[in-house]
Amino acid sequence: MFYREAGQFKKTYQADMAVFPILQDRIGLGIIVAVAALIIPFFGSHFFISTVMIPFLVFSLAAMGLNIVTGYTGLISLGTGAFMGVGAYACYKLTTYFPDVNLIIWIIASGVFSATIGALFGLPSLRIKGFYLAVATLAAQFFLEWCFVRVPWLFNYNASGAIEVPERTILGIAITGARADPTARYLVLLGIVVFMTWIASNILHGRVGRTFMAVRDMDIAAELMGIRLLPAKLLAFALSSFYCGVAGACMMFLWYGGGEASDAFNINQSFNILFMVIIGGLGSLIGCFLGAALLNIVPVALKFGLPSLGVPIGGATAEHINLLIVGGLIIFFLIVEPHGLARLWQITKQKLRTWPFPY
Amino acid sequence: MLYNIFIDPFMQMAAAPDLLVQALWEGLVSGVLYALIALGFVLIFKASGVFNFAQGIMVVFAALTLVGLHEKGVPAWLAVLLTLGVMLILAISVERVVLRPLVNQPDIILFMATFGLTYVLIGLGEIIFGGEPKQMITEELFLPRGVIELNILGGRVLLQKIDIAAAVIASLMIVALALFFQYTRIGRALRAVADSHKAALSVGISLNQIWVIVWFAAGLVALITGIMWGARSDVSFALQTIALKALPVLILGGFTSVPGAIVGGLIIGLGEKIAEFYWGPLVGGGIENWIAYVIALGFLMVRPQGLFGDKIIERI
Repeated sequence: MFYREAGQFKKTYQADMAVFPILQDRIGLGIIVAVAALIIPFFGSHFFISTVMIPFLVFSLAAMGLNIVTGYTGLISLGTGAFMGVGAYACYKLTTYFPDVNLIIWIIASGVFSATIGALFGLPSLRIKGFYLAVATLAAQFFLEWCFVRVPWLFNYNASGAIEVPERTILGIAITGARADPTARYLVLLGIVVFMTWIASNILHGRVGRTFMAVRDMDIAAELMGIRLLPAKLLAFALSSFYCGVAGACMMFLWYGGGEASDAFNINQSFNILFMVIIGGLGSLIGCFLGAALLNIVPVALKFGLPSLGVPIGGATAEHINLLIVGGLIIFFLIVEPHGLARLWQITKQKLRTWPFPY
Repeated sequence: MLYNIFIDPFMQMAAAPDLLVQALWEGLVSGVLYALIALGFVLIFKASGVFNFAQGIMVVFAALTLVGLHEKGVPAWLAVLLTLGVMLILAISVERVVLRPLVNQPDIILFMATFGLTYVLIGLGEIIFGGEPKQMITEELFLPRGVIELNILGGRVLLQKIDIAAAVIASLMIVALALFFQYTRIGRALRAVADSHKAALSVGISLNQIWVIVWFAAGLVALITGIMWGARSDVSFALQTIALKALPVLILGGFTSVPGAIVGGLIIGLGEKIAEFYWGPLVGGGIENWIAYVIALGFLMVRPQGLFGDKIIERI
């Protein structure tokens, strides 16, 4: 009733190939972006912005990175956490060497470093497939994690062994460091995420994206059709690591504000992001956001929601119940819809389109 | 530098053979234990094609149940039996709740489901048994303690009795499983399912039953692994990370091969200890965490399906 595309005629090929062919989708997207950019920063509390929105955006970006390699190219990677770490350390080194350059430039540039490392560890993917590859990417995870602890050059030889985020400003407003306001950090992050999503959408809807999907669906067939597997797979790894690296840099600089990388970029982080991708939907950009939202909001809601409802659980028990519920939810969602929340969203849209006369 | 990498370690080995034997022995023992965990993985992967990430937490869960029951005053033999019962219930519920609704889904979905299972088991275990490390009940299970000293090659080598017991029990376990697979009716059915699900179904083998049996067998292996690892250190949730140690063993040996798991376990165990002992100090130590993956990766580059894995045949 409210979601009908009747009367929307496509008069050009461009209009026919648009990413959002339906007017209502475009309006909806505009509203979401407007809410995120205008309403949340001014009406959301600092607590809400820093515990819900900032982690959500960071994880969406990381999930997008993993989705490029796992969802679109079909190569399971378990090294996401480490690639995020590479981005964080690269950004740290860059901004300490060149403190005068705008931090946003370094956050984006740090992706280049993790892309290089990612392509390097993507090399075995040409020969190894499936779960063998998944385990092989763990080599990257553990090796890089070890480097983060054992190579003091990476954290500038400081005594704590952690990244100490210096204060950086844009237009005179602090965006990192102790004085940074959550709203400022949120707006910078939102800008980066929207920009990166736009780029990703364009890449994945173009020739490169179709190459990836051909490789995912059957790599031998893709090779026979003239797709060179080595460049395609390495590009997928590089692109994915680029996004992960940027996400890692954002995480360290705009969310954590410093800390030990062994906690932030460990194997659990990799699995966590893989969950988001799977629950959100493999091979779908909107799925990255949905998955990140679900896996990010559920723990927060349980942590702060249950006590306010009068369920008296505290500290450690809450953590365990949290784990229990998250685990159960994962299984539940996989059983209900193995193709993820993105598919559920599509089904809902289809239902809306035909409502109230489904036949 | 090159001298330090290529010559010096071997000089050290030649100079102190007793240390080499010690390192080899320790590598061998941890190799056997890795092989045990990998065995649990292989059993499930062969029969149901599920890459069971929850094997590590099953080890912890089994050991915790055993110790927890004993703390409640249940005698040791009864506690073992009850723990087996718990593992059976776990196997049945996993089959009912997780596997059956997810039949025919892509591998990665099933893999993720076992991940959810891991979370559930961690949460459940922590709520029931608490998070603090526990002592494994070694005396009650007649496991030996103490150290044997051997004088060989002009030096002394220390052998923990528990390690010897672990190696012996693990070997017995593997032999028993091999016999079970080879000579019993259920074993034959299991092999049939491993070869082809559809063919097995068509000759009247119930897949659901087989899955229960195989998850129970993995639970049994997990219990034994848990007892052994628990006796060497203590029983805590930190143990679940040994599942990550078993992964390189798996890819080295091949996901579908029982002998592969054993040989892979030994190679990884030995390689890891030797590398840490002789080459580790060069880069500041702690290389144990990733050297196993590098070894496995090296083997994979030559044989992408692992040492003993089924040949991967790809058709268009």
